[in-house]
This record gives sequence, structure tokens and C-alpha cells, in this order.
Amino acid sequence: MSNYKIAVMGDTDSIYGFAALGMDTYPFTDPVAAGKKLRELAENDYAVIYITEALADNLTAEIEHYRDRMLPAIILIPGVSGNTGKGINAVKKSVEQAVGSDIIFGNN
Amino acid sequence: MPTVNPTRMELTRQKSKLATATRGHKLLKDKRDELMREFLDLVRENKALREKVEAGLNEANKNFVLARSTMSSEAVEVAFMASKQEVSIDVSTKNVMSVNIPQFDIQARTSDANDIYSYGFAFTSSDLDDAVKSLSELQQDMLKLAEIEKSCQLMAAEIEKTRRRVNALEHVMIPNYQKNIKDISMKLDENERSTQIRLMKVKDMMLEDAHHYSDKMKEPVEN
Repeated sequence: MSNYKIAVMGDTDSIYGFAALGMDTYPFTDPVAAGKKLRELAENDYAVIYITEALADNLTAEIEHYRDRMLPAIILIPGVSGNTGKGINAVKKSVEQAVGSDIIFGNN
Repeated sequence: MPTVNPTRMELTRQKSKLATATRGHKLLKDKRDELMREFLDLVRENKALREKVEAGLNEANKNFVLARSTMSSEAVEVAFMASKQEVSIDVSTKNVMSVNIPQFDIQARTSDANDIYSYGFAFTSSDLDDAVKSLSELQQDMLKLAEIEKSCQLMAAEIEKTRRRVNALEHVMIPNYQKNIKDISMKLDENERSTQIRLMKVKDMMLEDAHHYSDKMKEPVEN
């Protein structure tokens, strides 16, 4: 299978540069509209969707919904407002789910 | 668990179920261990890559904020309006212990590295060029991160599922079958013993009918 696309969602300032790389940017600040768009993108030909941590904060349910599916991969990225640690938390969550307790990030 | 019929047929059935369950338990345990090994390697890579990408993005974001500060938002908007570059991804799947994990392969429309600059250089600040460049350097890593992070998520879900199955087999199903087998064989043994006793009793009664032993016992012995 081929010809999947990459989308980037978040506030304009954080994501406008990705357009230069040929990714599709969808600037959103309203979580309701963003959630709708996210669902639309996920059902279409997007294999990877990058979302800023700030926006993802309000879209936890939607993101969780696609967690067990192979596509799309929804990946959190830090926005201009800074790194909230939510992205690394998602990795931590995987570890906890698999191992039962956090053994990789224990020292942080 | 409903009680089972104490029959020989049921006993055979339970025994074969126990054999299947034991075999399944062993296989699933092996699967879980192997998945866990793969997962731990992958998640370590995931962590390292994520730290790298996040640091890179923070750097790129700084550049973008800088660029934005020297240009009007209209100018920035216009600069990115018509992007020359377009990327698509080839998605293939890889099977790791029955978990399908995605493999992403990026395809750029143009191979010219300078096509990431979708604007003329006359009306934009050089900060913007730096910002775009720093972002483009991150692209491969970001894609790799997406691939690995998704794989981690899928494998974590599979490990959880497998672990539940292993536990269910080990602590519920197998003990249950063992108990059933024990119950049935005890019941069957008991039946056998009672049949034996009944036969002995019947034999006694028949001998009694034929020879009248008890009458003879009562008669006084003459002479």
C-alpha cells in the first residue's frame, strides 16, 4: 500500500513550517473542531498525524481511539508553547501497559 | 463452572482439553517472553529518538518564532502558501510475533533539497530559511519516531492481551480441568467399588438360596 500522507495539527505558530516539507498542515485551536478533523484525517489516507501536545491535551479520547489501530500513527510533538512532557508520557504508558510497571523511565 | 458428568467420555474430553490448554499455555508464554524482549529494545529506542526529536523541534520552534517576529503574519502565510515539496508515505507491514507493525517509507515529490523553500528569498527573513532547514533535517527522525512509537503501542497492547491469556490459562482453565479430571476419576472409582460390593452381596444371596447355609448353621449337630 502506498501514497499515504502526513498531517500536522496544532496552533498555527507551531506548525506552519511543516508545510514547507510537504506535509499537510491543519491549524486548530478549538478542540471540538480539531477532534472532528482528526477523525476525518484518520479515516482517510493519512498514515502519520503529528499533533502538538497542547492540542492533544483536549483530544485524549480521540487519540486513545486510534491507539490500537495500525494506521494512523498519532504522534505528539512539542509546540511553540514548550514541551509539556505529554509525548514522553505516551511512551511511558506503553511500557506500563506491557510490563505492568514503569521500568524504563524509573530514574526520571 | 458447571459440574461435569462423571462419565468416561467426559473424562477423555477433559483430558484432551487439559493437554491442549497446557500446550497453549506454553506457547503463549513463549510468545509473551519474546514479545517482551522485542518491546523493551524498541521502547528504549523510542525513548532516545523521542528525546532527540523533541530537542530538535524545540530548536526549530525557536527559529520559527524568531522568523515570525521579523515578518508580518501575512508574509509568512504567503511564503508557505504554495509548497513545492510534497511527500507521500509508503506503508508496508512487518510481522513481529503475530503483531503487524507498520514500516514507513517516505517519498518526496522532488528530489531537490532546495525545494523545501517554497518562497522567494527577497521578502522573507533568513531566520525563516534556518527554521525550515532545521525542520527538514528532523523529518527522517520524526518519521522513524512515528514508526517506532506506533509499533510500541501495538506491541504493548498485544503483550497485555497475551499476558491475560497466559494468566487465564495458568490460574483458571488448567486448574479447572485438573479438578474436573480428579473429580470424575474419583467418582468413577467410587462407582466401580460400589458395583463390586453389590456383586459380592448378590453372590452371597445366591449361594444362600442354593445351599441354605444359615439353616444348616441353626440346626443342632447330631451325633
